[in-house]
Amino acid sequence: MTEQERLELFMERIRRGEKIEATDWMPDEYRQLLIKLIHMHAVSEIMGAYPEKEWVPKAPSLRRKLAIMAKVQDEMGHGQLLLRVVEDLAKPLGKNREDLIEDIYHHRVKFHNVFHMEARTWADAGVIGWLVDGAAIINQASLLSTSYGPYARVLKRICAEESFHMQHGENIILALAMGTPEQKRMLQESLDYWWESLLFFFGPPEVTPAAERMLYYRIRTLTNEELRQKFLDKYVPRILSIGLTIPDPQLHYDKELKRWIYTMPDWEKFGEIVKKNNGPKSRERIELRRQAHEGGRWVREAMLTKTAV
Amino acid sequence: MESAEQAQKNEAYLLALRDLLYQLADDELTLGHRDSEWLGLSPDIEGDVAFSSVAQDEVGHAVFYFELLHELGEKDPDRLAFARDLSERKNAVLLERENGDWAYSIARHFMYDVWDDLRLEALTESSYVPLAKGAIKIRREEYYHLLHMHSYFVRLGQAGKEAKKRLELAVKAIWKDIGGIFGFGVYEQKLVEFNIITKPAEELKQRWVKRMQQAFAEAQLTWPDSWEPVQYDGRRGEHSPELEQLLQTMSEVYRIDPTARW
Repeated sequence: MTEQERLELFMERIRRGEKIEATDWMPDEYRQLLIKLIHMHAVSEIMGAYPEKEWVPKAPSLRRKLAIMAKVQDEMGHGQLLLRVVEDLAKPLGKNREDLIEDIYHHRVKFHNVFHMEARTWADAGVIGWLVDGAAIINQASLLSTSYGPYARVLKRICAEESFHMQHGENIILALAMGTPEQKRMLQESLDYWWESLLFFFGPPEVTPAAERMLYYRIRTLTNEELRQKFLDKYVPRILSIGLTIPDPQLHYDKELKRWIYTMPDWEKFGEIVKKNNGPKSRERIELRRQAHEGGRWVREAMLTKTAV
Repeated sequence: MESAEQAQKNEAYLLALRDLLYQLADDELTLGHRDSEWLGLSPDIEGDVAFSSVAQDEVGHAVFYFELLHELGEKDPDRLAFARDLSERKNAVLLERENGDWAYSIARHFMYDVWDDLRLEALTESSYVPLAKGAIKIRREEYYHLLHMHSYFVRLGQAGKEAKKRLELAVKAIWKDIGGIFGFGVYEQKLVEFNIITKPAEELKQRWVKRMQQAFAEAQLTWPDSWEPVQYDGRRGEHSPELEQLLQTMSEVYRIDPTARW
């Protein structure tokens, strides 16, 4: 069979809606795109633990303390599941777990813009759960139909857990929204701070060449803009219903165009943050990850030492 | 004593029981809080997930003990956890110490878990029935913590080199505070008399030593030849600045408005 024939058969399977498995033949481009996407997803889950980590020790009641610990644990767990998927994909390229983690602090892998931002107050911890995880669910739910089987299966579990996170965040938000004037002010400030990041989260409206290839291989099935519109559909009414103001005077639903019109986030600013890791908290959090990994090397080595047991 | 109502009728019984419940609750809350600080910092992602489960279990146990206290007429569990002064805290000082390195955290956890296991066992037939029932359930969870911590402890020791050196240093540091975990505080005699706890502290300590010596041997560590007097007795409300800092952090949001619903 020639390379061309193999590729034809592969694309035939994709078009039929079959799932590709880790042990199946796949074109290099497909493998590379998957590694890029899932590695970024895994690392975003892991780096996403840091903004909330800052609020885990400060959760203001026993119930909240237990909930936020479990929530952030889930994020690390998602990172682990996704890394296992990438490990299988990257194995033929000679990369292992150690490399995939080191890539973070060698700036060889990006993570979502929202996790470069500060988590300044307890309300931010709530907004992260409610809207950042809410945005993530929209993105991840759309990936459930991905052509790569192992990713689809892991996403199924992730989506189920993320919907709990969204409820956890919503619960914190509702308590603040119905609380004292101070709590309400804290909440509005938090929304003001996060709004632009949330719009950026889905990426630029134009379909980039890499995104175009992902759509071609059915790794993903919706464009950035379609996902952002879904997010606005779901959350704008909810945000307004609890008495918050969305910090965008342009925001409205255009009935004729059947889409939300919004002020564009500063693509350049957030693009730089993600590409160059120069957001307000990027360096500090990457440093924590480096310390955890490098500082824990002696433990990993010790646990692999053959012993008398 | 089948219920809180009955216990409340006997002043001496109530005083002793409450004091013990504070020790149990504060031990678990303090250690669970410290465990949760490892979040995102463990040597590998799997270890991170595991440590978080342990942390959640510990805080969950603290909630159980605080609820028992609340049933006995104390304030609501959140007030007890977030708003009590330093001098009212009854946890062993060992558990409030900062996490240090992985070796310290593991060794401390392991040593405390063995103590906790023995203490829980002596509570499974407590005259205070709600406590006895809880102890049986909690002990089932603690069994897994013990397995986890024991295997780390032994393997770090057996690995030699840096791991062993760090573990030896950890044991040395822990030994300064270890004396503070044994004992049931000022009402110790009453607690045993009332059969709230069915074994005297000294007997549990002897059993702890036996089990720990065995683990030290497995880990190829030398058993420290003497005990050290403790600087602070946590069971009497004496604490290090490390607990003060911990409580400041833990109650930071709560203190913005203790009457608000968060």
